[in-house]
Order: sequence, then C-alpha cells, then structure tokens
Amino acid sequence: MRWADSARVRRVVLQIHQMPDTFAATGLACIRGERIVFEHLDFEVAAGGALLLRGPNGAGKSTLLRLCAAFLQPAAGELTWNGRPIQADLDDHRNRLAWVGHLDAVKPAFTVEDNIAFWAALAPPRPMTLTPSEYLQPMGLAHLADLPAAYLSAGQRRRLNLSRLAVAAGSLWLLDEPTSSLDDASTNALMTMIEIHRDAGGMAVIATHQDLPLENARTLRIGAP
Amino acid sequence: MANLHWLANPGRFLRISNAVVPYLAGLTVVLLAYGLWRGLTAPHDATQGAPATIMYMHVPSAIMSMTVYGGMAVASAVALIWKHPLADIAAKSSALIGAGFTATCLISGSMWGRPTWGTYWAWDARLTSELVLFFVYLGYIAIWQAIEDPQRAGRAAAILALAGSVNLPIIHYSVEWWNTLHQPAGLLQGKTDPVLAVPLLTLLAAFFCFYVTVLLLRMEREIVGRKIRQLRLLQAQA
Amino acid sequence: MSRFSAVVARDVRLALRQGGGSYWTLMFFILTVTLFPLGVGPDLALLSRIGSGVLWVVALLAALLSLDRLFQADYEDGSLELLALAPLPLELTVLAKVLAHWLTTGLPVTLLAPLMGAMLAIEPAAYPTLMVAMLLGTPVLSLVGSIGAALTVGIRRGGVLLSLLVMPLYVPALIFGALAVEATLEGLSPRPHLLLLGADLLVALALTPWGAAAALRLNLE
Repeated sequence: MRWADSARVRRVVLQIHQMPDTFAATGLACIRGERIVFEHLDFEVAAGGALLLRGPNGAGKSTLLRLCAAFLQPAAGELTWNGRPIQADLDDHRNRLAWVGHLDAVKPAFTVEDNIAFWAALAPPRPMTLTPSEYLQPMGLAHLADLPAAYLSAGQRRRLNLSRLAVAAGSLWLLDEPTSSLDDASTNALMTMIEIHRDAGGMAVIATHQDLPLENARTLRIGAP
Repeated sequence: MANLHWLANPGRFLRISNAVVPYLAGLTVVLLAYGLWRGLTAPHDATQGAPATIMYMHVPSAIMSMTVYGGMAVASAVALIWKHPLADIAAKSSALIGAGFTATCLISGSMWGRPTWGTYWAWDARLTSELVLFFVYLGYIAIWQAIEDPQRAGRAAAILALAGSVNLPIIHYSVEWWNTLHQPAGLLQGKTDPVLAVPLLTLLAAFFCFYVTVLLLRMEREIVGRKIRQLRLLQAQA
Repeated sequence: MSRFSAVVARDVRLALRQGGGSYWTLMFFILTVTLFPLGVGPDLALLSRIGSGVLWVVALLAALLSLDRLFQADYEDGSLELLALAPLPLELTVLAKVLAHWLTTGLPVTLLAPLMGAMLAIEPAAYPTLMVAMLLGTPVLSLVGSIGAALTVGIRRGGVLLSLLVMPLYVPALIFGALAVEATLEGLSPRPHLLLLGADLLVALALTPWGAAAALRLNLE
C-alpha cells in the first residue's frame, strides 16, 4: 500500500491548504562575502508547483534557498508570498516552511524515532498530525524506529532528515540537494512524497544537480549562461 | 543622521578626512607641547615629588581609554541599527587605539606605583578595571581577526562591543566593591591642584586630537584596504 | 512552553549521554580542584583562606570548557538552522539551551561544592552561603557565556577565542560570589554580596538571550 493511500495520512497532508498561494521573487540580488552571487533573479511558484534550481557549483543555489528561508536578506529585490513581502510576516513565513539543508540534523545519540519526535514536538501547530510510524513510513524507516541513529548509513540519515517533511506539514518545501547519497528506490520515494505534497497544493523549491522526474517542474538556471 | 548619511559616501569621507588630518596633527603637536611644558614646569606635588609627573600621561590615557570604548560602542550600535558602512570601520579602527591608551595607562600606572606604593602592580580598583578593559579590547580585536568576511566580522564585533558596554560599568562597580572590602580605598584620591588642572586638561585635549587623527588615518587605510579586497575578488571572479 | 521544555529535555539528554560532555566537565572540576593543594602545599590554613576563590575560578573554567558545545554541535549538524526556523523564538531557544547547560554543569558543580569545599578546608559554616552563591552565580556563567558561544559558533577552534571573549565578562560574578563566602567566614552577613550577585543574574537573564540570538542569526546567514 502506498503511503498516502491511508485515508488518515491523506487528510493530514491535504489539510495544508486549498489556497491558490504564490511564492515569488522579483529582481533578487545577493551579495555574500563582498561578492555578488547573483542579481536580477525572478521566479514564481504557484500552488502545486515545483521549481528546480540548476547551475554549477558556487552559482548560488544554496544561497537562494537560504534567501527563501529568510536566513539572509537580499541585497536588492524581494521575495513575496501572495504579493506580501515575506519580511513583513517572518513568523508566518517560517511556519509554512519545511527546510532540508545539506546537513542532516541527526543526533547519533538518539534513536531514529526520538530524532524525529523532537522536531515533531517543535513543529508549528497543525490541527492534525501524523504518528511516528506514519511519518517514518514514506522514506522506509519505520522498521528502524528504535535503532540509535549512530548506526545509520549516510543514505539512511538523509532519509531520516527527509522524513521531517511529513512532520512539518509546511506548504513550502525548500530542499537543498535532497537526493545526494540516496539510492534509486529512495529517490523515487522522495519524488512520490513531493508529488503528493504538490497534489495537496503545496510547493517545492529544490536545488539539484540531477534531473528529477517531477511533472511540470519549472527549472531556474543560475550562474551558467 | 542626515550628516552621517552625507558622509557615508566613502569617496567624500576620504576627501574630507585628507583635508582635515594635517590640521589635526598640527593641533595635536601644539597641544602636546604646551601641555607638557606647563606640566613639567609646574611645582612638584608636595607629597609625591617628581614621579607624580607621570600623571600627565596616566590620567589622560585613562580617560581616553574609556572615551574610545564609549565611541566604539556608539559606532557599533549605529552599525548594527542603521547599517552605516563607516560606523563599522570607525569602530574597528578605534579598537587598537583604545587598547593603546589602555596599555599606556597601565604601564604608566605601574611606573607611578613603584615609587609611590613601592610596587609595580597593586590590585587597586582602577588599575584592575583598566586591566579588564584591556582584555575586553583584546577580545574585540581578536574577533575581527577570527572572521574572514568583513561584513560578518563587523556585526559579530558590534554585538560583542555592545555586550561589553553593558558589562563594563558592572565590572567597574564590582571591582570597586571588591577593592574597598580588601584594602583601604582612596590611594589615588588626592585633591586636584589648579596648577595641575591646566596641563592635565590641555594634555587630555592633545590625546583626544591624537585619537581623532590616528582614527581618520586608520579609517582611510581600512577603506582603501577594502577596495583592494573587492578588486581582487572581482579579479578572481572574472 | 511545551516547545521550550522539549528543547531543554533534548539538550539535557544529549549532555548526559555518553560523550555528551557533562560528566567530563564534572571530572574536570573535581580534578582541577584537587590539583590546587598539590600546587600550593597541604597547609590547611592557607587552603581554607583561598578555598572559595579556587572553587569559583575552577567552576568558571568548567563552564567555559563546556560552553563551546552549547551551539557548536547543533551548528555543525544543521540542527541550528531548524531550531531557528521553528515557531519558538530564537531568544527562547537560546534560553532553553542555556538552562539545559546550567542543569548539566552549573547545578552539579553547585551540588559538589561542599564536597570540594571540604577538600579545601573551607569552614562547614560557610557551605550554605557557598551553595546559594553558586546557585545564583553559575547561571550567570552560562548566560553570559552563551553570547561568546554564539559569536564563535562558526569559527574553527573557536573555543580559545570564546574564553578570551567571555572571561573578562565573568569578573562581577566571580567577585560577588567569592566575597559572599568570605564575608560568611569572617562572621559578616553575605546578604549584600548575594543581592548584587542576584542583580547580576537578572541583568544577564534579561539581556544575554537577545545578544546570543542576534549572534546566532548572523552565523546562520
């Protein structure tokens, strides 16, 4: 049975929003360490949309994601959610985010379930939430729930980190190289999660080196001509 | 603030600073010469004798060591709140000068201490808090050195400078409290003779002019240094 | 509030796990105190005179030693980014982590203080004052240290720099704490010193979370 076939899981995922949200950037420029990383960048992601960030190393894909998460502020231009600058409502913006950086945020001393339960306890308030076995299932970690995370391989740690996406139930997923150290089966599982999220009206911005098999995904090339 | 924004243009700042520095340097020399002449020809303090002339170095540098920190803290606040580019540079350029005044104060204090108290170092309240101030300056300089990117280093240093400015009065008070309970207070508390006041104030003014002169020179150097950095970075990118 | 306690519980658990550092910090405290009599000689009169000062200085060093892990581990594994995005304001997250740090270093050091005091020949009559002073003073060490820890979080081998930045700021806590014990030993009231120590704690409690959170945001850019 596919993960989202369970009626309960579907209800939780679908609670996100049935709103025609848009996340957009206009004239975005970023300066880091006295260096212009990129400038004059525009994009728009609508509800259910996916944006793939492509470009060579150092082109600023991760930096753009950090701008989207409001970790840093653009040197010029702005990011908007439904037309309102995200800086105007930073708390709201953070509550709608699900962030997967290039680090896995896994504590080796805790079990797989404890790792994820902590982030579940910290997550923004939602009317309905998944149980640990439900959010460990999509990335295929449910059978490892009681294992200390110290025993996980790099790929498994990545999957543990990605399992947080189901916990956060945010409407905007920001993923930095999510498929690194994932095998084909796990990559497919992630793609399924992303598609279910998009079906529910969620959106995803993904920095990647690989061609990801996502339907109707737009691609934004940074840095390269 | 309008004036500050007008000066925020580094090119304009460099022009004005270049024009002002020679006059300031001249004023420093004149004030220093006059203050020293008045000070050294003044009659010696009845109880302390010739060593008391060290006070002409000691007192102005002690006052300047705190003034410079105050200026640094204000510049740091301006840099954090209004992101004024020159405020950052002013704070950074002040630190070494302030540390210099503090070191001068400490060294002259211990030279003064030897003939008067019979020891180079006494855990006098003022000396102790001056020593702590010196350490705070060193920490501030260290964090500038530890972070590569000047923008980030500037903001980290500004947070540290502000934390220090909250703490320094508490430190000063605590050291005084500690000291009064350990030894009779007032080793340094004599009446100030008007004969001493004139050279002291003149020398204080001289030290202040010296500070502003060196500050402007260091700021110029910093601005030019950053321009060179940027050009090199552009070169690397091209 | 449940998010706050979740962070506290997590950090306490991490510190108490093997390799979490809490035990090492306590070992350091005990060993370093033991070294002092070996250095200055077994003269009990001398030891009892310097004892409270030694305890305070070593407690301060123990706090410093463990502070570089306060944010560093979370910074290195990416947890700090997630903490910064969580609905709990970063200032409160800082406070929660500081509380956990104190529970796993300052509090055990306080509880051990009478034992170590006995080894340094401190009069037992001064133990209550010693413990109250440490109860008020050790949180200041964790709070003020959090600013230094947050500022140096992105710096390789930032531990030494952290000590350099923070140690001057520890002066008031050290002075008031040691004076309180000394006053008791001399038969005077420790009350004014303890009140000043409490005031220092309140100032630190009110201001340091802002500074540390600002420094963390800077390092997450």
